[in-house]
Amino acid sequence: MTENILHVEKLTMQFGGVVAVYNLSLDVNKDEIVALIGPNGAGKTTVFNCITGVYEPTSGRVSFMGKDIISTYLRGKMKKQYSGEIKECKILNPTPDEITKLGIARTFQNIRLFKSMTVFENVLIAKHMRAKQNVFTATFRLNLHEEKRAREECLALLEEQGLLHLKDELASNLPYGFQRRLEISRALATEPKLLLLDEPAAGMNPQESQELADFIVHIKNKYKLSVLMIEHHMDLVMKISDRIYVVDFGKLIAHGTPSEVQKNQRVIDAYLGVADDA
Amino acid sequence: MKIKENSSLKYISILALIGAMFLIIFILEQLLPPTSMLFMVLKKGAIYSLVAVSLNLLCGFTGLFSLGHAGFMLIGAYTYAIFTIPLEARNAVYQYFDGGIINFTLPVPVALLAAGACAAVFAFLIGLPVLRLKSDYLAIATLGFAEIIRAIFQWDKLGPITNGSNVLRKFPSFSSTIFPFAVAGLCIAIIVLLINSSYGRAFKAIRDDEIAAEAMGINLAKHKQLSFTISSFFAGIGGALLAMFQTTVQAAAFKSSMTYEILLIVVIGGMGSVTGSCISSFLFIAASEWWLRFLDDETYIGSFKVPLLRSGFRKVVFSVVIMIIVLFYQRGIMGTKELSMDAIGRFFRKFKKEEDVA
Repeated sequence: MTENILHVEKLTMQFGGVVAVYNLSLDVNKDEIVALIGPNGAGKTTVFNCITGVYEPTSGRVSFMGKDIISTYLRGKMKKQYSGEIKECKILNPTPDEITKLGIARTFQNIRLFKSMTVFENVLIAKHMRAKQNVFTATFRLNLHEEKRAREECLALLEEQGLLHLKDELASNLPYGFQRRLEISRALATEPKLLLLDEPAAGMNPQESQELADFIVHIKNKYKLSVLMIEHHMDLVMKISDRIYVVDFGKLIAHGTPSEVQKNQRVIDAYLGVADDA
Repeated sequence: MKIKENSSLKYISILALIGAMFLIIFILEQLLPPTSMLFMVLKKGAIYSLVAVSLNLLCGFTGLFSLGHAGFMLIGAYTYAIFTIPLEARNAVYQYFDGGIINFTLPVPVALLAAGACAAVFAFLIGLPVLRLKSDYLAIATLGFAEIIRAIFQWDKLGPITNGSNVLRKFPSFSSTIFPFAVAGLCIAIIVLLINSSYGRAFKAIRDDEIAAEAMGINLAKHKQLSFTISSFFAGIGGALLAMFQTTVQAAAFKSSMTYEILLIVVIGGMGSVTGSCISSFLFIAASEWWLRFLDDETYIGSFKVPLLRSGFRKVVFSVVIMIIVLFYQRGIMGTKELSMDAIGRFFRKFKKEEDVA
């Protein structure tokens, strides 16, 4: 039996009157690449933001490697509205840094690099949270051992990713493709077990997204990761993902292997629209 | 191996530079009369450098826009003064409060540390609610807290400790310019070490992008609190030095205009540049206290009275200068760069190359 890495159960996220995600459940197993697709505004990034602790979900539960990391239930007015759907449980509402520490790393749809820092420093930041140090030992350089180890690990990672020759460049001066690659490298430096990629191929031509596909498969095997990604490039999604979840208007409308999803009528309708006279 | 030699050479050259600086000050003190304006500017400039660098740690490196710095300086100044007034002078100083209630004194170095620690404790407590706010709202809230601190220290119910709104005086101060240079230099060195450490990188990450920093596992609340507390610690020491420099302390002097002066120094020097803050604080103090003084005096050339020159005109000119700087040099003197031996070397190499081409 395959080991479950991420389990999302009945996730609902409501912003005022807008229900961005409704009752969505999904699973990611070990060594799997899972894609989350759907038309624009379907709520895919909201799902990511809920899993990584940026938003507190209105209700739902997320467990990671068999342990609950986020759980909320409906309270107050909401409870009346959806009464009886979710039984009460303990509230867990961690901040994003705690989620990252557990081993979930993410990239962003619009690249968010630390612009005034060099490529090397961008990666080095990821090592900060795991280093055994406090502000005194760090200031008075009593943690040289830690610091040296972090630097060596980062150099090795940059070499592996083919970014070593750019290590002293400012991150904002990199070409677009390298910025994407740096963002993924930075996420890898946090030593994750699950990588969430938010539109990694956005703005790339077919040639580049082809390379990206190989790259994702490569890092998945090398670092023994599971990958959950949001993507619009269908050729990339169909080529590398093991399973696909399709969302539309915040609801899960289909899931299965790429070939199953391609044939699903609801998916075709969601993407192409339904003719009025049909 | 080569890198190592280079870095030890760098350290030696930095040490030599610092030694030379102290030697020059020492020689100057022997040559010039102690009332010279130069020493006044150097002393105050060194103190303001420390305060400006500590504010820069907050504004320039962590991206937290705080306007409460004068409040923390006030706490530092008062802590220092209260704990160092000699016992025999207390009756004269606390004349309305029966000599106050504190019956012991601390040695000067301990009192300086206590000044920093006291400011840091207040900053920690204020930071708990205030640091949840962002940008402008944080600035307004810290400004408010600084004013509250000032009002509390003037409250006559606290008179036995703070002497109410009366002046604290007769505490030990310094006469040599070397003392403020040494203390401020040591504190700035510690701040620079912090900025170049793993924590400094985390602060810069928060400044660049909070959401990404959080996704990299940096605990925002903890690191903001840390930066705010450390910055206030050094502001407290700066306040204590300022008290020593002025030889008297009164809460009314630590108005928000003092915060603006320091903020101005940071902006002129460049947000995110330690050396920029130091250079601009000396320039600022020299300009406001010394070079532009003549604008305040009524001047006659022959029997012709030069128009506009009168008491207060200095501030008008100064404001215009600042406006020009803010409009045309928005990134300040140094931007985010640092003035270092390497940078000077690069500058001269470039200069040389241009000469060769010509």
